Amino acid sequence: MTVRDLARKLGLGVIPFALAVVTSTVIILALGANPIEAFGNVIGGAYESWAKVADIAMAMVPLLLASAGMLITFAAGLWNIGVEGQMLAGALMTTWLVESIEGPAAVMLPLSVLAGVAGGALWGVLIGLLRVYGGVNEIFAGLGMNFVGSALTNYLIFGPWKPERGATMSGTDPFPLEVWMPMIGHTRASWLALLLAIVAIAVVFIILRDTQWGLVLKAIGLNPVAANRMGVNTNRHLMLALMACGALAGLGGSLQTTAIYHRLIPQITGGNGYLAQLVVLLSGLRAQWVPLVVLFFASVQVGSPRLELRMQLDSSLGGVLQGSVVLFYLLVNGVRQRLGARNR
Amino acid sequence: MRGRGAAKILVGLLLVALLLSGCGTSGGSGEEFVFGVVLVGPYNDHGWSEAHYRAAEYAVEKLGNARFVYLDKVNAADRPNTTLEQVIDDMVNEGATMILTTSDDFAADTDVVAAKYPDIPFVHISGDHAKTGAAPANIANFMGRMEYGKAIAGCAAALKTQTGAIGYVGPLINSETRRLASAAYLGARYCYDTYRSSDAQDLRFVVNWIGFWFNIPGVTLDPTDVSGDLINSGVDVLISGIDTTEAIVVAGQRADRGEQVWAIPYDFEDACSVKPEVCLGTPYFNWGPSYVRLIERARKGEQDGQLEWEAPYWKDINDSERSLVGFVEGDALTQEERDTLHQYIADLASGKAKLFVGPLNYQDGSSFLADGAEATDDEIWNLPQLLEGMEGASN
Repeated sequence: MTVRDLARKLGLGVIPFALAVVTSTVIILALGANPIEAFGNVIGGAYESWAKVADIAMAMVPLLLASAGMLITFAAGLWNIGVEGQMLAGALMTTWLVESIEGPAAVMLPLSVLAGVAGGALWGVLIGLLRVYGGVNEIFAGLGMNFVGSALTNYLIFGPWKPERGATMSGTDPFPLEVWMPMIGHTRASWLALLLAIVAIAVVFIILRDTQWGLVLKAIGLNPVAANRMGVNTNRHLMLALMACGALAGLGGSLQTTAIYHRLIPQITGGNGYLAQLVVLLSGLRAQWVPLVVLFFASVQVGSPRLELRMQLDSSLGGVLQGSVVLFYLLVNGVRQRLGARNR
Repeated sequence: MRGRGAAKILVGLLLVALLLSGCGTSGGSGEEFVFGVVLVGPYNDHGWSEAHYRAAEYAVEKLGNARFVYLDKVNAADRPNTTLEQVIDDMVNEGATMILTTSDDFAADTDVVAAKYPDIPFVHISGDHAKTGAAPANIANFMGRMEYGKAIAGCAAALKTQTGAIGYVGPLINSETRRLASAAYLGARYCYDTYRSSDAQDLRFVVNWIGFWFNIPGVTLDPTDVSGDLINSGVDVLISGIDTTEAIVVAGQRADRGEQVWAIPYDFEDACSVKPEVCLGTPYFNWGPSYVRLIERARKGEQDGQLEWEAPYWKDINDSERSLVGFVEGDALTQEERDTLHQYIADLASGKAKLFVGPLNYQDGSSFLADGAEATDDEIWNLPQLLEGMEGASN
C-alpha cells in the first residue's frame, strides 16, 4: 500500500465523518443547543461506565451478525434487503422453540441457536427461490418478505403467543431463565452472544478471502453471465449465499430474544437488518472494517438517549449522525470516482 | 497481511473502548432530590403521558429543591433498541433516587429493574404486582379510580346521543381497559334509563380495540380509521380509551362536514382544546398532588409496597389540589345536560348511584352480580370480561 493509497483511504473515512459532524452541528445549533455539549453527552453517555461498554458490545452483536451475512450476499452481487426478515425468522423460530419445549440450559441454549440459524436460513432460501425460480428481483422479494415477517411477528405476539393477562406491545411473557444467554457478571453483556458474533465476522472474512467459495461468489458478483459460462452453477451459489446470510442474520435475531430482550417483542430486530446495509456500504464491503463501523453505530445508539435526559434534544439526532455519515461516504466515494475517471 | 490488519483493528477497538470507559462523569448535586419519570408515549401527547409529565412539573414546583429526569416514547416501536433497564440505569446515573414508571406496559420490566436497585423506591402506575406479590418490596403501585370518570363520560354520551349508539375506542385488552370500558357503559346505561326515560336495552355500546395505548403504524389498528368506522356504523358519540386524541380529531373533522357527532377524549385535562365544539368533556387524571405525596413518602423512606387505588375527591372532583380523577365539561353540552350531569356526579358522590351493582351479567351471559350485590374492589380491578349488553371483544 502506497502513501497515496493510504491517504485516499483515510480521506474516504475521515471526510464523510467530518461532513456528518458538521451537518449534525448545524442541526443542533438550529435547535438552539450547544453542539459541543451534545457531542460530549453522546460520547459520555456511551462510555461513562463498564455497564455502558457492555451495552455497546451487545448492541454490536446483531449488527455484526447481520452485516457478516450481508457481506456474503454483497460479494455475490445481491442486494439482500431481506436481512431484516431473516433476522425476524430467526427470532420467531427461537421463540417457537421456547413456546414448545422446556429443558435445561445445556439443551435449550444450543437448540435456541440452531433454531435461529435454521429459521434465518430457511427465510433466505425462500427469497432465493423467489429470485432464482420465480424471477423476482431479490430486492423486492426480500422487502416483501420483510413485511410478511413483521406481520407474522405481530400476529403471533397479539395472538397465539400473547401473555395470559392480555396481549401487549411489550411482547410475549419473558423466556424461562434456561433460555437466557449467560451474562458477564452483573452487566447486560453475554459473552456467548459476543463470541458467536465475533466468530461469525471472522469466518466470513476468511470465507471471502481464502476459500474457493469466496472466489466463486466474487466471480458471480462481478459478472454472473461470465461465471455461468465458466461452468459455475450461479443459481445454486446464489441460493447458498442467501441461505448463509439468512443463517447469520437469523442467529442475530435469535440472540435479540435470548440475550437482550429475553422474550419476543414487535420490532425485535431493532431495525438492525436495515442498519446493516449501511454498515456494509460504509465499510466498503470489507469484513475487516465492519467491526469499526459497527462500533461507531452502536456507540451513537447507546450514547444518544442522554441527549434527551440532559438536554431535551431528541435522541433521533443520533440517527441523523449515523445516516449522514453513510450519505457523505457515498457522496465522497462517488465524487472521487468521477474525478478519477476524468483524470485518466 | 490483511488478517493481521484486522487483528490490529480489533485490538485497537478494544483499547479505545478501555480508554474511553475510564472517563466517567459523576453527578453529585447536593441535597437536591431527583426523581425519574418513564413515559410510554410522547410527553406532549395531550393524553396519558402529558398528564404525567405535567404532574412531575407540578411536583417539582411544590416540593422545592427537587428536579426530575424523564424519557418519553419508551416503547418497542419508538425506541426499538432501548430497554427499560437501560433507561433507568441512565436515570440513576443522572442522580435519580426514586423512579416512577407510568405505563401498564412496564409492569414486568419494572419488577426486574427494581430488584436490581433495592434501595431505590419505585412507583409503578396502574399495575398491581405489589399486590399480587410478583414485585420486589421496593415497588408500590398507584392508580386512580378512573371508573368514575369513565362513568361520567358514559353518562354525558348517553345524554347527548341522537342515534342511541355510543362507540368506545379502546386500547389493548386487559383487566384495566375492560374495567374502564365497562364503567363507561354502566354510566351510559344509568343515565339513558334515568334521565332520558329511554330503555337502556335500546342503547348500543360498541367497543373497538386498536391493540395498544396509541397508534403504531403496522402494528396496531389505526385509531383514526377505527373512529371513522365507528361513526360510519351509526355511532354519534365517541369515547376515547386510548392515550392520544384521534377520536376527537375524527369527530371534529366529521362535524366540520356537517355531521352531528361528538367525542369524549381521555386522560388529559386540556384534551377538549383539540376541538372544543364537539367535546362533551374529558375524564382526566390530575396526578400532581399524588406525585407530591408519593415522592414525599418515598423521600422519608415510608413507601410500603402496597397497591393504592385513589378515589376522586367527591366534594369537588375538579379541585386541582385534591382530586386525582376529574371531569372537565365540554362546550358541546347544553346547560340542561350539564345540570343533569351534575346530578349524576352528585349521586355518584353520595352513593345513590352505584356503578358495579347487580343484577349484572358478564358479556357471555354468565352471572356477575346478583340483584343488589355490589362488586368488591378485587372483582372490579380484575374484571375478566366486558358486560352483557356491550358489543366488542372481551379477550
